Amino acid sequence: MSRGPTFLLDGEEVAFEPGQTVLQAALAAGRYIPHLCYHPEFTSHGSCKVCTCKVNGRSVASCTTPAEAAIEVESDTEELNDLRRTLVQMLFAEGNHFCPSCEKSGNCSLQALGYDLGVMTAGFRHLFPERPVDPSHPEIWLDFNRCILCELCVRASRDVDKKNIFALGGRGLGKHLIVNSETGLLADTDAAITDKAMHVCPVGVILRKREGFAVPIGSRRYDRSPISAQALEDAPPRWRRMND
Amino acid sequence: MSGQNMEPRPRLPDYVTATPQAYEQSVRRSVSRWGHDPHGLLQVLRDVQEDCGYVAPGAIAMISRLLRLSYSRVLGVASFYSFLATEPRGAYRVLFSDNITDRMLGNEALLEALCHRLWVEPGKLSEDGLVTVGRTSCTGLCDQGPAMLVNGRAIGGLTPERIELIGSLILARTPLTEWPTELFVVQDNVRRADILLGSSLAPGDPIRAALQRGARGWSEHAANERSWREGYVGAALGPVATLEEIKRSNLRGRGGAGFTTGIKWEACRHATGLARYVVCNADEGEPGTFKDRVLLARHADLLFDGMTVAAYAVGASHGFVYLRGEYRHLLDPLQATLERRRTAHLLGNGICDQPGFDFDIQIHVGAGSYVCGEESALIESLEGKRGVPRNRPPYPVTHGYQQQPTIVNNVETLCAAALIAVHGGDWYRGIGTLKSSGTKILSVSGDVSRPGLYEYPFGVPVRQVLDDCGAVDTQAVQISGPSGICIDATEFERRISFEDLPTAGAFTVFDASRDMFEVARNYAHFFAHESCGFCTPCRVGTSMLVAAMDKIHDGNGTQHDLREMNRLNKVLLMSAHCGLGHTACNPILDTLKRFRPAYECKLSSLEFAPAFDLDGALGRARQMTGRDDAGAHLENLP
Repeated sequence: MSRGPTFLLDGEEVAFEPGQTVLQAALAAGRYIPHLCYHPEFTSHGSCKVCTCKVNGRSVASCTTPAEAAIEVESDTEELNDLRRTLVQMLFAEGNHFCPSCEKSGNCSLQALGYDLGVMTAGFRHLFPERPVDPSHPEIWLDFNRCILCELCVRASRDVDKKNIFALGGRGLGKHLIVNSETGLLADTDAAITDKAMHVCPVGVILRKREGFAVPIGSRRYDRSPISAQALEDAPPRWRRMND
Repeated sequence: MSGQNMEPRPRLPDYVTATPQAYEQSVRRSVSRWGHDPHGLLQVLRDVQEDCGYVAPGAIAMISRLLRLSYSRVLGVASFYSFLATEPRGAYRVLFSDNITDRMLGNEALLEALCHRLWVEPGKLSEDGLVTVGRTSCTGLCDQGPAMLVNGRAIGGLTPERIELIGSLILARTPLTEWPTELFVVQDNVRRADILLGSSLAPGDPIRAALQRGARGWSEHAANERSWREGYVGAALGPVATLEEIKRSNLRGRGGAGFTTGIKWEACRHATGLARYVVCNADEGEPGTFKDRVLLARHADLLFDGMTVAAYAVGASHGFVYLRGEYRHLLDPLQATLERRRTAHLLGNGICDQPGFDFDIQIHVGAGSYVCGEESALIESLEGKRGVPRNRPPYPVTHGYQQQPTIVNNVETLCAAALIAVHGGDWYRGIGTLKSSGTKILSVSGDVSRPGLYEYPFGVPVRQVLDDCGAVDTQAVQISGPSGICIDATEFERRISFEDLPTAGAFTVFDASRDMFEVARNYAHFFAHESCGFCTPCRVGTSMLVAAMDKIHDGNGTQHDLREMNRLNKVLLMSAHCGLGHTACNPILDTLKRFRPAYECKLSSLEFAPAFDLDGALGRARQMTGRDDAGAHLENLP
């Protein structure tokens, strides 16, 4: 490899373009680092911490850490995968996730990540928060029970749709997704099913009404191949080319 | 219920009956006071709450229209800060400070007594809509606790008699302005003064000294605005000379992190931007710390001098003081001091008749959020946003307030910088130890006979502080608050310094009668309450820690829970977004290491016991049926 700067990921060289983060460069190079709140189309903000890696011995969120020449990144280690398992367990315990009855099962990133990392139990006592659903919109159904606070819908509505339909309220464990209307109902916003924000939820919070199990369980996105393989396919082609 | 309720009711305070018109007036007044600037959002919300008691949905809608922000953005900010209420909280909002020192002084019994007197449940609005009684994190009156805030006003030295009086005043619906003024007196309790607390410099001395230092070289050029502001070599001797003194002093940040002040200032001076900012971090939220409260009350001029010297050195023309909401009582005197300094040409345009030396200071008031003491969260809050720490790098010195070069310094640091401007870096460096120059103000509270402020040169042994403050039979000292370190009696020869025991100032003393497990449990609750909720490990992990500590407290703990806490600690250390998460486990780990028996004596002998308490689950049924006899408890059943 002689085309531009590289860093070491688990001992192997990864090329990167200046401006890329460690996670972006790794995915572009066909190297998977588990992640959840990161999405290739939006600015990363590093809240879920699933993508935590050790960079020169210091643990950091790889989705917000700029790639630099000659840094040494550790990712696929027992210690870090154990951390990721615990973080996924925390998210399962924090919300109300009932996979068998969830329309998103099989298409859900949290569930897929759990399977991929080998999470067998929630590991913590479930918190069972009270989170009323919002069925007010004629076409969209909001089930906050499954929210993992990744803010992808917030970012999509703000940056792509320019509507600011979603935001965060409260703090700490009381932090929750809110909707931009005085009534707090989605029906009283200018949300439309065609909005980008309505199609980025990695879990089952934002769903299209009157559509259920159109694709049968067993043939869904993460039934076909694990999230670690899907994530590499989703990496923008421009990045992949660079490493070809 | 007490009979006072039946007496004829005097007039209600205005804010009980806030009408839509009153809201509109309040919102419009505040929005124009803050220049229709969205960065003033948090300040506007504070103003409206002060005027009207809470921020009603109608007010949120109006603020969002006037500031051109989305409704959810305004609601998101209003619901982030614990002092802002978006639901009615009553005409009187009582918050008991719930630091461990308040606990040790019996705040629980006082809270219960007040609730009983007012016939109200903690945290719930009374049926007549008159009052809520709740708890809040340390309010910075640990030297005169137990303490409370009533509608944001601090009251310390609570006794059963004071509680009785406060209860009567509330039931009689006496407006806060007519409450006896002695209730609101806050003592300074300076017990040992050194160069800072004993400073007698006249207002402006440090600024004149900094200008004078420049005059020894190329004074006529230093007076050129563009030259010193842009840092052109040769013409910038004044600011550079001051910067050199700060660097030579080896002054390090007093907020806890201990970053070298001169390096921070220099990086800001050299950063390019449209403007530079000087921010004073007066968000003194670490439980057990109250030194800044006294510096702000007694030495405000020294602080403002320090900020102005900093502005001169880095080339800033705007400054902010971010004052924690708990110190609202200091706002009016501070504003008066700023006004006096403007009249005296110590602020404004052409400070001390130096053409081009323009600098002014604005005070922003926080609203109950510990994490805003973290510098990037503080800047977010200054910009009127939720106080969530930013991703770093970039750091504030290059991308701070409005993404411009910004220095954020602690109150004590800026006061020390003012002294250095007058006396020079070598003088300052001569005090303290090799790597810790100058003095440190300790906020001493807990089991001592003389709580208050003690200023020592760095290097003072813990033992000496304990002797000076009258501590007897001391079991442990929490240095620098819950995010710091807890030491036991074998370590009292250790010294307060960056080399050994670095501290932001809290010095909380526990005698042998105290249960160190309960100390750690109080701190665990504090961190969970103050987590901003941005990152998974801190948002969920701090609550899981609380659950484990409460489980042990309830007698259901096992060795398994101790191992779980160790696992959570590792997760927080490795992956939390900011220092709050990184340090949230410290109190538990420190006490587990040094006072393990305090935990183990509470563990049930089993390897595992469920947190679910079968008998406890019947509590609600017992309450509803009014039964608490033996037959209503599971363990008494055959």
